[in-house]
Amino acid sequence: MQLTRREFLKLCSASAVGAGISQLYIPKVVEALEQAAAGKPSVIWIQGASCTGCSISLLNTTHPSIGEVLLKIISLQYHPNVMASSGEMALSYMDIITEKAKGDFFLVIEGSVPTAEGGIYCTIGEREGKHITMLETVKNLGAKAKAIIAMGTCAAFGGIPAGNPNPIGAKPVRDVVGKETAIINIPGCPSHPDWFVGTLVHVLLYGLPELDDESRPKIFFSDIIHQNCPNYSYYNNGQLAAKFGDKGCLIQLGCKGPMTNSDCPLRRWNSGVEWCVGVGAPCIGCCSPNFPDAVSPFYSSLPKELWPEKETELA
Amino acid sequence: MATRKIVVDPVTRIEGHLGIEVEVDDKGKVVDSRAMGTLFRGFEIILKGRDPRDAQHITQRICGVCPASHALAASYNLDSAFGVTIPENARLIRNLTVGSNYIQSHILHFYHLAALDYVLGPETSPFIPRYKGDYRLPKDVNDACVAHYLEALKMRMKAQEMLAIFGGKMPHHVSFVPGGVTVKPSVDKIASFLWRLRELQDFINNVYVPDVLAVAAAYSDYKKIGVGHKNLLAYGVFDLDSSGKKKLLKRGRLTKGKLLDVDAAKIIEDVKYSWYKDETSGRNPTDGATEPDPHKPEAYSWAKAPRYDGLPHEVGPLARMWVNGDYQEGISVIDRHAARALEAKKVANAMEGWLLELKPGKPVWAECSVPESAEGCGMVEAPRGALGHWVRIRNKKIENYQCVVPTTWNVSPRDDKGVRGPIEEALINTPVADPDNPIELVRVVRSFDPCIGCTVHLIKPNGQMRKFRIL
Repeated sequence: MQLTRREFLKLCSASAVGAGISQLYIPKVVEALEQAAAGKPSVIWIQGASCTGCSISLLNTTHPSIGEVLLKIISLQYHPNVMASSGEMALSYMDIITEKAKGDFFLVIEGSVPTAEGGIYCTIGEREGKHITMLETVKNLGAKAKAIIAMGTCAAFGGIPAGNPNPIGAKPVRDVVGKETAIINIPGCPSHPDWFVGTLVHVLLYGLPELDDESRPKIFFSDIIHQNCPNYSYYNNGQLAAKFGDKGCLIQLGCKGPMTNSDCPLRRWNSGVEWCVGVGAPCIGCCSPNFPDAVSPFYSSLPKELWPEKETELA
Repeated sequence: MATRKIVVDPVTRIEGHLGIEVEVDDKGKVVDSRAMGTLFRGFEIILKGRDPRDAQHITQRICGVCPASHALAASYNLDSAFGVTIPENARLIRNLTVGSNYIQSHILHFYHLAALDYVLGPETSPFIPRYKGDYRLPKDVNDACVAHYLEALKMRMKAQEMLAIFGGKMPHHVSFVPGGVTVKPSVDKIASFLWRLRELQDFINNVYVPDVLAVAAAYSDYKKIGVGHKNLLAYGVFDLDSSGKKKLLKRGRLTKGKLLDVDAAKIIEDVKYSWYKDETSGRNPTDGATEPDPHKPEAYSWAKAPRYDGLPHEVGPLARMWVNGDYQEGISVIDRHAARALEAKKVANAMEGWLLELKPGKPVWAECSVPESAEGCGMVEAPRGALGHWVRIRNKKIENYQCVVPTTWNVSPRDDKGVRGPIEEALINTPVADPDNPIELVRVVRSFDPCIGCTVHLIKPNGQMRKFRIL
């Protein structure tokens, strides 16, 4: 039976607000999770106007490792880059699984959805001599899924393919599927593996995480990057880098941290080894709903009226 | 002669959207083939009018598997347009960043994209369903390869951590800018990089290379399958000095059996069989155009057909290793895998030297700014082959930006003269034992490590085409 969005939310509302991913990784919980997943939930992962970067990023998950995710937590029934099968065999299998597990599988969508000219700019396969567009696939599977995870800025908000002049009419998932299926947006270009795994674990253990107005999990996207930036005190003291390699806040070099929501400064990337501002590069706002157009030129300073107030001024 | 059509669409375990369609004769041999890219995003259109400095970020999003190489091509392209020479530290950090992704990409390709055509995976998703076929490895070797599949996942992750040390994050790193890099080398970063690199060298030497040899031994008939046109092209990569003339993997080509130099002016792109307007055919990328014509009846791909001196050329590790004199055993499915593994070893060894050449405290960026008006060109090698970016700047904005990417060379459709592209040609004569389980075809296609995200800024689908897709 398919859950409505309301039912799904109700089912999930027992969730603990603010349960960070690190808290979910204690061994007991992992054990419980593996038990709960004895009949591992089916995941169907499809790609539209994407670069595969979010899939590659997910491979970088550390705890659990990607091997554990694939073999112990979920049952990844369809993924263009990972699955063994090809062609009609792969598509038929997807048809069977999504019918059998109707209302009970998770649909992950990577990439935006080309809608111009009936969606011909992206086809995902061929069935009985006919090309299957990404557009019709998202609509069909979206209606059958228990919930949709829009993985990455392209699927969540349109992203680079939807950048001006948007030659293929690329749209985010939420503009293509009906309102009856819950959508969780996990932006980022690419999305961070912890954000995906954390959301998935949250859904499996506690239900749907609390979402903000843009359908992003609040546990990862409530804060503005600038607020948690290690260069925050430089900004307040007026020490601003004038050129690459200078010490100081990168706002004059174009940093979009003050207008971008994510926990990058605290979580960091690739097993926590670094993050963008850590290598002296301004944030390009890749998690923003209007990436890339509203956050570019990437190396042009935000207009002064958008600069954050200094803490000293607040005091 | 009776022929039967086989369509594989989608072709999986590659980056992006690809279909292939072949015709086999009554003996099961491939007699004709078409490769079609089935996604178009229009990067070159999106880039128009933007600040040129944004190109390295935008173009990385062409492909999440080899974004570092797009960043490198864009950076060289802009360096040349801005008229700037980068500091030594910047050259080394760019090499180390791109080298990290070579290692990541080659390991990923062999174990996670290609191996399941040779190794029988466990009876669980995502390893089933799969084509029935001649999985020939002895049980102990097969079991070891399955274990290495999982170990390789950790190793490729480590290579991406290594990249992020100087890149900030991966995929889509942020530290390359026109004039150099934003990141300063420090002793802690160098150490953290070096210890990861040594683990990777160990894995490449003692696991990856031996596994490729084991597959080569069990599938030795694939030394004669997937041969193709036998023309190879490499732009070269990994500069060894600031002039850029000396490279770890040098520029060159093998055309009709002769080793020759490369002249960028001899590259053109045909579009007769691609979904682009016919009047844009045959142009050099400096004057290239990307104008979709999605209803063109004779077209069957979103990929254009690049040609050097009018001839199709294969690009990739085998081409690089061949023109460099490092590997000239042959051109086939097995040779592509072997050259790729040996290249990973070569690059990993060279990286240790570059790392120790870094000079903390010395400059990483040379002052430069966007010119009023300029042209640029950046020719490098992505893990999958020759990659070129070209830019024309007017009024400090991008007036035209063209990318000719590796897989466009390999997956190209027929050119204006009707000559097949490299993968199409390599499929010819491939024996297919069971048309319902055409595992031989995907072995040929995947040996090229196609990366369609890149290519498809030049490809299109329509409802009439016959297709064989490899995802």
